[in-house]
Amino acid sequence: MRFGIAVFPGTWSDRDCAHAVELSGNEAVMLWHKDRDLRGADCVMLPGGFSYGDYLRAGAVARFAPLMEAVVEFTEGGGLAWGICNGFQVLCEAHLLPGALTRNASLQFRCEPSWLRVETDSCAFTASCRVGDVLQIPVSHGEGRYVADEATLDELERDERVVFRYVTPAGLAVGAATPNGSMRDIAGIVNPAHNVLGMMPHPERACEPLLGSADGMRLITSVARSLRRDGALAASTR
Amino acid sequence: MIFIADVVVHLKPVVNDPQGLVVRDGLRRLGFADVHGVRVGKHIQVELDAGDEQGARAAVESMCDRLLRNPVIEDYRIDAVRAVAEAAAAS
Repeated sequence: MRFGIAVFPGTWSDRDCAHAVELSGNEAVMLWHKDRDLRGADCVMLPGGFSYGDYLRAGAVARFAPLMEAVVEFTEGGGLAWGICNGFQVLCEAHLLPGALTRNASLQFRCEPSWLRVETDSCAFTASCRVGDVLQIPVSHGEGRYVADEATLDELERDERVVFRYVTPAGLAVGAATPNGSMRDIAGIVNPAHNVLGMMPHPERACEPLLGSADGMRLITSVARSLRRDGALAASTR
Repeated sequence: MIFIADVVVHLKPVVNDPQGLVVRDGLRRLGFADVHGVRVGKHIQVELDAGDEQGARAAVESMCDRLLRNPVIEDYRIDAVRAVAEAAAAS
């Protein structure tokens, strides 16, 4: 299947995403921010970086890119969008996902391994994982503290839309394991239709044993397996 | 007419402001023991063409709603909208 990888000015993880996708045996095509053409992508990845310099707020300006209009339309039709780090920030700014990502509680830019517990396998992105699996995937961000009002957080939990939580390597959510102070240890969420995922950690940087972990590959493989060749969502996912 | 609008965007009171906490602690270390709290926001100055002050204010409000602030975590206020046509002509 084909992954479309968004490239905004200041995106820095696009080549890493393409490398990981190709390593998984799938096709990667780059999507320029000024284009509206998704080039037949089955899943659009919004990679990490500092789109448009992250001026004003992280992701605030990328949301108005012509490419994002196409992405919004694509997801409304059930297409898969996968925001990583800055891509998560863009998805929140575009209101495709609720909440916001604010300055890390520590005020530090954190670039380090983190451990994510899979909280749901009811979306395409974790379809090949099991609930409770712990994935080692690094974070690399200064503004990744997930915040939302209590009602939104409750709704996310009730509807199984919290996909990943920061945990200890043993799989315990203890607050201290979150590198950014995210509310309820949230590392990744999906939209109500479960076809748009936003996550702060970088799975594309954990796809080879040489990099310390290949756990990120399980997510790419999940997406690929969840989609039929024509790009339609398989019956097993929502 | 050219107007300048001063917009202040700040985190909502319920949103944790680690930057403000660091500044608060810094002030206390400097001996400002009376400081209870500090919140850090942004000052955005917008220069725009508008027919009158009301029109300028309405346009800036729309800018705040659409881009300048994130309604999930931030509030804003427009401190001043002033005509600067004369100043612009003089420079």
